[in-house]
Amino acid sequence: MTRKRRRLWIVMLCALGLGTATALTLTAFEDNLVFFHSPSDLAAKQIPPGRNIRIGGLVETGSVDRATTGDGQLQIGFRVSDGAASLRVTYTGILPDLFREGQGVVAEGALTPEGTFRARQVLARHDETYMPPEVADALKRSGHWQPGEPPPPARDWNTLRPNAATPAGAGTARMTN
Amino acid sequence: MIPELGHFALVLALLLAAAQSILPLVGAARGEVRGALLMATGPTTAIGHAVFVATAFGCLMWSFAVSDFSVENVYQNSHSLKPMLYKITGTWGNHEGSMVLWLLILALCSAAVAAFGQNLPATLKARVLAVLGMVATGFLLFTILTSNPFNRVWPLPENGQDLNPLLQDPGLAFHPPFLYLGYVGTAVAFAFACAALIEGRVDAAWGRWVRPWTLAAWCSLTLGIGLGSWWAYYELGWGGFWFWDPVENASLMPWLLATALLHSAIVVEKREALKVWTILLALLTFSLSLLGTFLVRSGVLNSVHAFANDPERGVFILILLAITVGGSLLLFAWRAPSLEPKGIFSPISREGSLVLNNLLFATACAVVFVGTLYPLFADLMFDAKITVGPPFYNATVFPVFVPLLVAMAVGPLLPWKRADLWAALARLRLAAAIVLAFAVLYIAMVDRRLLPALGFALALWVVLAAGTDLAERIRLGRIPLRESLARARGLPRGAVGGIIAHAAIGICLAGIAGKGIAPERITLMRPGEITTVGPHTLRFDGQRDIIGPNWRGTAGVLTLLRDGEPVAILEPQRRFYPVQRMATTEAAIRTSGIADLYAVIGETSAEGATVVRLHWNPLAPWIWVGTVLMAVGGLVSLTDRRLRVGAPARRRREAAVPAAAE
Repeated sequence: MTRKRRRLWIVMLCALGLGTATALTLTAFEDNLVFFHSPSDLAAKQIPPGRNIRIGGLVETGSVDRATTGDGQLQIGFRVSDGAASLRVTYTGILPDLFREGQGVVAEGALTPEGTFRARQVLARHDETYMPPEVADALKRSGHWQPGEPPPPARDWNTLRPNAATPAGAGTARMTN
Repeated sequence: MIPELGHFALVLALLLAAAQSILPLVGAARGEVRGALLMATGPTTAIGHAVFVATAFGCLMWSFAVSDFSVENVYQNSHSLKPMLYKITGTWGNHEGSMVLWLLILALCSAAVAAFGQNLPATLKARVLAVLGMVATGFLLFTILTSNPFNRVWPLPENGQDLNPLLQDPGLAFHPPFLYLGYVGTAVAFAFACAALIEGRVDAAWGRWVRPWTLAAWCSLTLGIGLGSWWAYYELGWGGFWFWDPVENASLMPWLLATALLHSAIVVEKREALKVWTILLALLTFSLSLLGTFLVRSGVLNSVHAFANDPERGVFILILLAITVGGSLLLFAWRAPSLEPKGIFSPISREGSLVLNNLLFATACAVVFVGTLYPLFADLMFDAKITVGPPFYNATVFPVFVPLLVAMAVGPLLPWKRADLWAALARLRLAAAIVLAFAVLYIAMVDRRLLPALGFALALWVVLAAGTDLAERIRLGRIPLRESLARARGLPRGAVGGIIAHAAIGICLAGIAGKGIAPERITLMRPGEITTVGPHTLRFDGQRDIIGPNWRGTAGVLTLLRDGEPVAILEPQRRFYPVQRMATTEAAIRTSGIADLYAVIGETSAEGATVVRLHWNPLAPWIWVGTVLMAVGGLVSLTDRRLRVGAPARRRREAAVPAAAE
């Protein structure tokens, strides 16, 4: 085999590999990208029930309830808020260690036809001063966290009330008082 | 005093590393004779730099061991009540300390090149040391300027803030050192690649020098990833072992490319072909290691590992990344065309199969790369918050791995240069028949799900093919058994290591496939209630309070029953660490070596019922047995005389010794 033919072979193999990778990636992207929406996004946009999405925000204080379903499972319900809108979430299973009222939380699952969110997975990890970036972003957009300021301290998150208008430029610490 | 000493040592190390990155390079440019004196500074500065970094590391470790809370880093990450093991491992359980560990390993690697590289050509050695010195300079600057571990606090705090409890664990205590050893080991291959580009010469000897470093780095990376996934399995309490988390991917990408590099370096060594590609792989492997560091340290991606981050650090690492990747690729573009390809081979041959291996590994790496970085890209470009989850990787990585695993069986049976595919396949007919029979029986009698069945069949195929390879090499059954055994003893260690590592892939794969059929049960249980999972029956016997050195918690008591009689007790725990105000889950795992019974408890409802999650994971321990065996295979291969850095010199000495004895 000459050098030219061998080079041709290698180029063809590489093209094949690259082509397969691209094709696989594109088809997988089509079905498997999970978009993040904040509760206010969901209130504004129509997301069809059943589509796999992620939502996130703060767990509203006093909204967590627990019930035993017919088949002996523990079902947990809570409201997730970004300060401007909130959404009821239900979940069956073991909540992560760091799930707490007033803490940032991200849930993956789908909307039900009734307009609540059925979570397949609830993510609340890290230490308690950590805020998931999506949640931080949602809070910023709803005006509860002024850009350029430090994030509201974790212990104050549970006093962030939905629909509480924030005066422009007001410090987050003052807002929570 | 001790912390200041450490800080000072770090600065001295920076100066020596700067000297190490310039003087030998100038010397090598002046030529072997005129630059000899300058080149001789390479080993000296490398060893001095290693001594000072080791001093700094020792000082930091000392501060952690004696709980010197006047050091900010110790105050933030330690606590006087923490067990001694975690005080010491806490040294690298935080950002600053882990950077010092990174530096220490890098310094030790360059000192090892300096000390054991006597048989390297003088100019190559000088250039390798210089490139390692540049990398070290960059990271020393980063550490001293943005993450100094020796900062003091005032007023003196009474006690520390404790280490993140998730990290207070033996699995994670030793996960970073192995991972870093792997990352940094790829830096040596990178340095060799850069030095070869500057020299403009790559030959078989170069392949032989690079391979042991790559192999050692690969072994550590394998162990590091294995430890990390083992930790995730028993500590996170989700029952899984791999979550396709960005940070996991960040360590998987260099592993995929290092595996490819390991194989392509063989081709360089044996056939002097694939030289340019191998150089490129070496550059990319280290670039991905740096990218991994960037992703973990900057917190640009949401992940389990994202601890408190500092954007300034991210920018600094990004600049380092840009310089390293950009600089090395520029060097590559400039110098690579001057590397003359030599070997000519046919597509059906050992080297052809290694090209296929490289192609598939590179493809898998590219796919993981896209999946990991696309959310970042989408966020910057379209302002869309996207997650790429496990389904994406399952849909893209598996299809690449299936042909890889099928071909992996055939490759080692092909001879070099020109091969007969049918002859190789004919030797595998027994293995193929067994796999086929197994697949049919498995689908007919055990389970009809196709994907796990495919996984088990491929696992069996890979193991049997490794066995066939061994049997062929020792001519088992064709010559008397004793001669076969004699041949087995005489096999080159490199071949034995390869066979072990290939079989280990099969064992690991069987464990992964086993997770695919693992049943799980999440249920609410009151004390005295009985439930089943897989073949096991368990009774929940309530909870009891427990207290540890720096935590308190509750343990659920689950009694494993056999024929109504208790045989064992599982005690999954929920711990609360008051200093960090953080809770952790400790799974209870009872393993038989063939299957794991895995139990986690959750919260207790108002009516006194507790959430219990049970998994029965058949073959799960094999995942880590396979991982360890892979590393063992690498280590066996590393002891091959041919690969030892001083091999030719030793051979001369060995030849001389009997003469003297006579």
